[in-house]
Amino acid sequence: MSNSFNIKNNVFENRLFLNRIVAAFITIIVLASGLVVRLVYLQVVGHEHYASLAKDNSIKIVPLVPTRGMIYDRKGKILAENRSSYSLELTPEQMPDVDGTLKRLQKLLDIPDETIETYQKQRRRQKQFTSSPLLIGLNELELAKFAVVRPYFPGVDIRTRLVRHYPYGEITSHVVGYVGRISETELKDLPVAEYRGSSHIGKLGIESSYENALHGKTGYAEIETNVQARPLNTLSETMATPGSDLHLTLDIDLQKTAYDALENYNGAVVAIDIKTGGVLVFVSRPGFDPNPFVVGIDNATYQSLQNSDNQPLFNRALRGLYPPGSTVKPFIALAGLEYNTISAQQKLFCPGYYQLPGASHKYRDWKRGGHGSVNLNQAITESCDVYFYRLASMLGIDNLHEFLQKFGFGEKTGIDLLGEKSGILPSREWKQQQKNRAWYPGDTLITGIGQGYHQVTPLQLARATATLANRGNIVTPFLVDRLVTAQVSQPGPEIHQGVIPLKPENLNNVIEGMVNVVHSQRGTAKGINRGLKYIIAGKTGTAQVMGIKQNARYNENEIDFKYRDHALFIAFAPADNPQIAVAVIAENGGHGGSVAAPIAGAVIKQYLSEQP
Amino acid sequence: MKTENRHEHFEPPSLLGNLLRSLHIDIPLFIGLVLAALLSFIILYSAAGQEMAVLYRQAARIGLAFALMAALAHVNPNQFKQYSTILFSFGIILLLAVLVMGEIGKGAQRWLDLGFFRFQPSEMIKLTTPMMVARYLSEHRLPPKTGQLLIASGLILLPTLLIAKQPDLGTAILVASSGAGVLFFAGLSWAFIAAIIAALASLTPIIWHFMHGYQRDRVLTFLNPEADPLGRGYHIIQSKIAIGSGGIYGKGWLGSTQSELEFLPESSTDFIFAVFAEEFGLFGCVGLLLLYLLIIARCLHIASQAQDTYCRLLASSLAFTFFVYVFVNIGMVIGVLPVVGVPLPLISYGGTSIVTLLAGFGILMSIHTHKKRLSR
Repeated sequence: MSNSFNIKNNVFENRLFLNRIVAAFITIIVLASGLVVRLVYLQVVGHEHYASLAKDNSIKIVPLVPTRGMIYDRKGKILAENRSSYSLELTPEQMPDVDGTLKRLQKLLDIPDETIETYQKQRRRQKQFTSSPLLIGLNELELAKFAVVRPYFPGVDIRTRLVRHYPYGEITSHVVGYVGRISETELKDLPVAEYRGSSHIGKLGIESSYENALHGKTGYAEIETNVQARPLNTLSETMATPGSDLHLTLDIDLQKTAYDALENYNGAVVAIDIKTGGVLVFVSRPGFDPNPFVVGIDNATYQSLQNSDNQPLFNRALRGLYPPGSTVKPFIALAGLEYNTISAQQKLFCPGYYQLPGASHKYRDWKRGGHGSVNLNQAITESCDVYFYRLASMLGIDNLHEFLQKFGFGEKTGIDLLGEKSGILPSREWKQQQKNRAWYPGDTLITGIGQGYHQVTPLQLARATATLANRGNIVTPFLVDRLVTAQVSQPGPEIHQGVIPLKPENLNNVIEGMVNVVHSQRGTAKGINRGLKYIIAGKTGTAQVMGIKQNARYNENEIDFKYRDHALFIAFAPADNPQIAVAVIAENGGHGGSVAAPIAGAVIKQYLSEQP
Repeated sequence: MKTENRHEHFEPPSLLGNLLRSLHIDIPLFIGLVLAALLSFIILYSAAGQEMAVLYRQAARIGLAFALMAALAHVNPNQFKQYSTILFSFGIILLLAVLVMGEIGKGAQRWLDLGFFRFQPSEMIKLTTPMMVARYLSEHRLPPKTGQLLIASGLILLPTLLIAKQPDLGTAILVASSGAGVLFFAGLSWAFIAAIIAALASLTPIIWHFMHGYQRDRVLTFLNPEADPLGRGYHIIQSKIAIGSGGIYGKGWLGSTQSELEFLPESSTDFIFAVFAEEFGLFGCVGLLLLYLLIIARCLHIASQAQDTYCRLLASSLAFTFFVYVFVNIGMVIGVLPVVGVPLPLISYGGTSIVTLLAGFGILMSIHTHKKRLSR
């Protein structure tokens, strides 16, 4: 030690230093006590609170998603199934570099930029520590490619998902519908607990109408997880109850026949099993492939469907509104007989037009020059407009409205599909309310031939036809025959039954007219009667799309296709023991007899040939 | 102090005593450190998911650290004093080198790659700064005068700012407090201390201005962790949950669910205290604090016994810095201080910090075991 040290090392300096040591130690004790106080606060006072938080952290209630019920047709053919499909799922929180990983994946699997963009958008809305699919429906090659390099992609996994699949595609799109990802607005109205874990929900058709039954009951598992929500240990489990399988009354082969028979026409075909009300055919053409909607349709495809002139997304059978045209005539005729306004034998003269007393306007017949003197049977057979102008005028709109309403015109049929339109059955009150105008006699005339305000859906038309064929016993159409679970088989919807009191001879007279439509030489649908072993009762119809000016002539070949008349046809068969009722609408088809009737004929033929 | 000296002087020489003296190991301090190291293994085994590989690496590090401690204990403290300036200057040059390389590498850099191993100059500065300040102040009469204080402050601020720029806030705080400790033990007047605290408080907005975005986030998060529970507040919230759920007696060794299930981030490094608290509860925490306090007390005792001003100042400063380590780490883990990267001394996994810490204890042992037998 140097001398300077000894000099400086005086008593004062010693004391100062020792004081500081003591001061420091006291400070340290005080600060350490502060830590202890905080620890007491956390571990004693807050223990219960933090213990429950810790439990929440590590034990997660995981929903066990039920398997969606299958949908079968009446013969057990699958209309909607769940296919297991491989998807490439990403958990961004487990990925060190999301953008880099996406880039490498894109290179590896040739993913289009668009898919990456969509994923990036979707990722922002995603919950933390959940995985979401980048690609769905990976093929074998893609699977193999990824499997090799999997260790280099933390946070990227191959998962199996059950993906809804519709083997019949566009043919069943409007009846079976489809499932799609649950939207935010749908989420608000859903029972949260039941749909925790479900990603899809029925959007349309049976899938939507029977969502509750198809979805099943969500189960729960208490699972111990780590921070990445990776399950480590299952503590308890309540199994999910799978959704019910639905067996429809639909006959998929018949449906296909009807769809194909429409060929290039837009339109609808509905066929009903008269004895039960079960819907055999429910076609709206064009349909669309519902499968892309399940995995998430890309915007371009959706827009092209949405903006197409053919409106493939529009369910014509359920929601399409058409003037019934001459297909309403059998019902008008029956009204005339039931109200004793006219007798079956009474003849009315048809000069080719009709004028209301004191008016100059000519209501024309489709046949220039007219049908001459015709009775009820002939009027139906030849579809004489003048006869029905006069009959309607004699009946008056009030009687017409009352009678037609009994057959379900102007109201929903009650089919087990959501979104049905009720159509329009005009009346004085209706016109006053909707148009704020009085009812004119001319309105009654055109109602008599199914033009004017009267609008029907193809389903309504089929139902009315079935009810007529069923001799006034009201037929209520339905699609689901039974709901089947592992334990029980339940019948479909409860069916409204009622009877319209009709005199049998009146019915026979009208039906005879309808039989002549197909089977007589003068029938407007005689083209379909060749080689029939049974009798079809039918009625053609033509619905104007474009109003025709007085004195102008309607020439099919001179006008745009989209302004051509709609072709309609209603029929049931066999006439003596009715089993199937059909309504066909071919938009812009022109003539009911030449375009719509053969479609109904094909459906009836196929159905009856398979009956015992 | 005189009695203490006399007592030691009259101690009868024995074989064991001679052996220990020749090893230059302070037995009480050594026992404390070994206990802490054993605790480190116990907690780490649990916190690192019972992986033996982690323990082996930690064992290797602790072994190296103890070897360095023993080696430094053999060095005469005069040598430390003599080389203080050179070591300090060397450290500053290395810090500058790291900074320049960081500029070139366009990013934060704390390492100096020497080819065969990577060296963190800021660790060395933790020791050389108090050495330098102690050396400077010991050459003058205590308490230091204003001019000396200014120079000493400069000696502290230079490395502190260089490290803060890296940016390594935790180490900067430790370096600053090691220097400040020297000033305090040198007899810095209480009025001056109060003035510094006041000045720091008034400088807060300016410091705030120079802070990095993430550092500001940390402070904001500290003030209100629940504001962003899944983002920046996550560490603190999860750590509080782990500690609080431990309760008085803890969940037992290997019983921590929060770190086991990976909810607690950095559970084997900076946040290891949370695992300890969850498994051993309040009793364990108080016990650990007591162990730390005993080590500190022994260090302060060594400081009080030291024979010259340099040794006293250095020893007391090292003891003080050790406490700052403990306080800042536990403080941030239990949510009373902002999150800065300071490990729990002797317990946390990894880093060169444990080597530096034990080097510091080596210096302390050197100071204690190289005392001249003063016969009065």
